Amino acid sequence: MTEASVPVTATAITAPASSATRLTPTALLAALGALVGAAALGVLIGPADISPLAAMREIVDRLPFLDVSSGLSDQQASIVWQIRLPRVALGALVGGTLAVAGAAYQGVFRNPLVDPYLLGVAAGAGLGATVVFAMSASGGPLLPIGAFAGAVVAVVATYALGRSAGGRSTATLVLAGVAMASFFTAAQSYVQQRSSADVRRLYGWILGRLSTTGWGDVALAAPYVAVSLVVIFLSRRLLDVLAVDDAEAAALGVSPPRVRRWVVAAATLGTAAVVAVSGLIAFVGIIVPHTIRLLAGTSYRRVIPLSLILGAAFLVAADVAARTMVSPAELPIGVVTAFLGAPFFLVVLRANRRMS
Amino acid sequence: MRSRFTAILATALVVAACGGGDTGSTTSVGTSPTTTTAVSTTVVATTAPATTTTSFEDGFPVTIETASGSLTIDERPSAVVSLSASATELLFALGAGDQVVAADEFSDYPPEAPTTDLSGISPNLEAIASYGADLVVASFDPGDLVAGLGALGIPVLVQDAPVKLDDVYAQIEQLGAVTGNGAGAEMLVADMQAGIAQVVASLPEGAAGLTYYHELDDQFFTVTSATFIGQVYGLLGLVNVADVADPDGFGYPKLQEEYLIEADPDLVFLADTKCCGQSAATLAERPGWEAMTAVTNGAVVELDDDVASRWGPRIVDFLEAVGHAVTELVALS
Repeated sequence: MTEASVPVTATAITAPASSATRLTPTALLAALGALVGAAALGVLIGPADISPLAAMREIVDRLPFLDVSSGLSDQQASIVWQIRLPRVALGALVGGTLAVAGAAYQGVFRNPLVDPYLLGVAAGAGLGATVVFAMSASGGPLLPIGAFAGAVVAVVATYALGRSAGGRSTATLVLAGVAMASFFTAAQSYVQQRSSADVRRLYGWILGRLSTTGWGDVALAAPYVAVSLVVIFLSRRLLDVLAVDDAEAAALGVSPPRVRRWVVAAATLGTAAVVAVSGLIAFVGIIVPHTIRLLAGTSYRRVIPLSLILGAAFLVAADVAARTMVSPAELPIGVVTAFLGAPFFLVVLRANRRMS
Repeated sequence: MRSRFTAILATALVVAACGGGDTGSTTSVGTSPTTTTAVSTTVVATTAPATTTTSFEDGFPVTIETASGSLTIDERPSAVVSLSASATELLFALGAGDQVVAADEFSDYPPEAPTTDLSGISPNLEAIASYGADLVVASFDPGDLVAGLGALGIPVLVQDAPVKLDDVYAQIEQLGAVTGNGAGAEMLVADMQAGIAQVVASLPEGAAGLTYYHELDDQFFTVTSATFIGQVYGLLGLVNVADVADPDGFGYPKLQEEYLIEADPDLVFLADTKCCGQSAATLAERPGWEAMTAVTNGAVVELDDDVASRWGPRIVDFLEAVGHAVTELVALS
């Protein structure tokens, strides 16, 4: 860490209301505007012949005290309520969680390249999902549970390995994560090779997907995500303290290993929950927090809330693109996040350099 | 990691069970009856076949023309290894079953097929050779299959996923020729042609123009008319609702659910009963599907995933099931 960052964070602790670290209403409103805009597009646009106006009336009609006729048939209404809205909600949930988890991991490991799949989360979830497939080809409801269990096992194993290697340092832990990820990926390939089960579903999951079958997936992931987000939000000040090195953080009355443990556990829980329902959607967790740092500063009191809102907006918008670019077919969501995210990030990066 | 998964996906789509077609590749299996039965003039002098062969057609050595050049089989193979589930079914149907010593992990039909844990996706050359193979049949070469086994003196017949029914007949003739079962192959082709002609002839008026959706998995991956299975539906005059989603003829688009609901196909064929546990009942439970024409008319057909994704002899059974559903639907209206 640079010398300059130390006084800033120190001030942040003694004067939490400092305007340099607090989330400004303008930024918050702009982010919320982006999310509402993306969500509106997601609900109003689709290949079915439903005019955006009618779709909007349909939504407004369900609001309390409002009664407007949308003129939609039952079937069209159910397209809006059971297909478009759950998909927007799931996109927001997954995108927001991956972005917040990414920001949190980057904070605790002080490593800008870390993403939610570090520590073997993805590899463990992949192994869990594959084992479920190998045992029963049509293992529908067990799939998220298997993925979740695999992710948690992988993270616990990474942590145990990192500690037994004598590491309190983040580098040891990250290396342990890389090793565990390789191990779990290999195990996954092995199980897959040995199983003659039909693997179509598995590949769909590995490529990332936003499921479209009603509200089930949203309900499945939401409780875990809620717990995860609460813990990370409560820790956002501590993450700012961790930006200095461990010794200095300890001198400021913070126990870095304890904070790290809690935040990593929470971020992993959230990641595992969304990976279980949506598969492996890369890129969101690394690009969204960095874009926010470039635009709004590096304090976690800003980065965490903005990551939640803009991560949600980004994935919902990416899904709108996935659905409209080749309509009435659609692209895998993971393809779109990288395809749109990378150029956008480069634009922000360049613009930022020109300003400073 | 992502690109590795994509690579695996690509191979799995080709080989495992996803519609049985390559990604719109149009290389057809180039063989004509004359080259199939032609006796190799180069090898015949040194390795004259034993005179036990009665028919000229089944005389060895045999040379056939394949997409990757000519292939010469010196003697009637007695240890065939099949790395393709479709080829296994065809070999047994044309009477070469007793020559097949090993079949790959996906070759689960007919029941007497010698299924092993050999993989056609990532073939282990040594394991294949250990069966004493004197002919290997595969549906694609992942890289070193032909060259590697060629170095061991084992001929490999690669038969790509077919584009149309004639390609399948050509493959059957090839298989008959290289295994010394020319007559059996001719009979199988004739049987299949007769069976298909019968289904087509028995269709009621009003069948042509009915629309259909063929579901590959519960994420709405489907096939279009550009695929082999799509062409088979086309024989009955059915119209695929996914064709508009596939302007480039890729063949396997992922549809949006709301498009499907609104397209409201007359018939729905589920080729994901095994992989994804789908059925007419689960279909009716999907939000927004309960009022669809195919659901209310009971025109949802549960297929065997494997039959619907291979190009074996059971394609006739598949077509009969489709024809039956069409007839019932027309009778309803």
